[in-house]
Amino acid sequence: MEQVQLRSPHLLGLEELTREEIQLILDTADSFKEVIERPIRKVPALRGKSVVNLFFEPSTRTRISFEIAEKQLSADVINFSASTSSVAKGETLRDTVRNIEAMKVDVVVIRHAAAGAPQFLTRCLTHSVVINAGDGAHEHPTQGLLDLLTIRDRFGRVDGLRVVIVGDIAHSRVARSNIWGLRTMGASVAVCGPPTLIPPGIETMGVEVFYRVEDALREADVINVLRIQLERQHGGLFPTLREYARTFGITPERLIHTKPHAIIMHPGPINRGVELSTDVADSERSVILDQVTNGIAIRMAVLYLLNRGGDDDVE
Amino acid sequence: MPEETTLVLDEKGMFRVMTRIAHEVVERNRGATDIALVGIRRRGDSLAKRLATLISEIEGHPIPVGALDITLYRDDFQTRFPQPVVRKTAIPFDIERRTIILVDDVLYTGRTIRAALDELTDFGRAKRIQLAVLIDRDGRELPIQADYVGEHIPTTPHETVVVRVREVDGEDSVTIERTDRGQGSGVRGQ
Repeated sequence: MEQVQLRSPHLLGLEELTREEIQLILDTADSFKEVIERPIRKVPALRGKSVVNLFFEPSTRTRISFEIAEKQLSADVINFSASTSSVAKGETLRDTVRNIEAMKVDVVVIRHAAAGAPQFLTRCLTHSVVINAGDGAHEHPTQGLLDLLTIRDRFGRVDGLRVVIVGDIAHSRVARSNIWGLRTMGASVAVCGPPTLIPPGIETMGVEVFYRVEDALREADVINVLRIQLERQHGGLFPTLREYARTFGITPERLIHTKPHAIIMHPGPINRGVELSTDVADSERSVILDQVTNGIAIRMAVLYLLNRGGDDDVE
Repeated sequence: MPEETTLVLDEKGMFRVMTRIAHEVVERNRGATDIALVGIRRRGDSLAKRLATLISEIEGHPIPVGALDITLYRDDFQTRFPQPVVRKTAIPFDIERRTIILVDDVLYTGRTIRAALDELTDFGRAKRIQLAVLIDRDGRELPIQADYVGEHIPTTPHETVVVRVREVDGEDSVTIERTDRGQGSGVRGQ
């Protein structure tokens, strides 16, 4: 029996994963969902392995989600937070890497403001597995995977669905990971937002572009709403949050002409009343809390699948 | 490729053996009121369901059945790559105060049962745990024995016991395959 396995020892992004690999991660995560429901939510699969969560950017839910996943697999967890402002990028990473190798860490989960930081780590580390927990505006693969799992849970498939991503596409690693993953799994993808927040040439990723949210939502099965960051407004990319909410905010009125089964997703944290109205965020259509739960299952699956035997087995 | 294949049990044989085990379970436990069956995936799972049907026919009430996937509890996990596929564990009942009968197709080294006992313990404290296997092929590496045995077949490491069940393989049979190479270190499907 031929068994699918992940080709890379690391998880850097969804761009380089095949359909079979994504399928394997989703199927494995499906099994881990049951572990999360047990009276004792702990399995010994990663016993004796150490994982360091290296967060150079503030993060609450992703870090906690990874930490829960690691602990439920019985790994030893080390949290390492550094503020971006105090460190010069390249040098610090290299310094940090020296420490990590000295500590004999098996897995490094990294979140960094610079795109490519996880790739840089893979070149510095000889034994440790690297998992990207978000690098700049590049990728956030575990978020993309948990979104795929949430969609598959609801529809039983991803293939053939229409997914619309609304918001700040230009600065979003969530959008990129979603687009790669969804395209690989056979969904059709559209993006929608103000022209200043849609990167030029995004069509080459195989997506359709809309500037009017009503047009974009009409055929949608899944509406993935991205967070609007305040600092973008100061950058002059859109006039005011109120105007953004008026033009692109997802409200009950805007959902009247959508498919009745269309679901609402959001990677969090939500700006209620800006990109998403409270009524919609708390409605029957919202699968936002399912996304959070699925995040743990996905991270457990990734940690499990990337965990290679002893040093002898690492190429 | 196997050089020699011997049929140990066919469909009828398997049915007879399972029926006997069902009667033994009822006799040993003086009924089946607090009994639940837990099959070890993948083939023990199918056998547990059949055993539950047979016991409920004897006793006249339904018997709860669960399934255990022991992948995450394996002791060879750190040395194996790629990782075995993780399937779902499903124990839809409280195991406290129940007699749990673990069901597996082949008992060999005993390591699978060790892992299953560890996993089961994480679900609570069963009143009693018993072990039922279709085939006991010797070769234990741990102090584990079965309470109910379908067939006892002493084998060498050069032989592989292949259990096929309808639900997974499309037919019911138990065969022994002999190879000269000594490749047959276990049970197919594990």
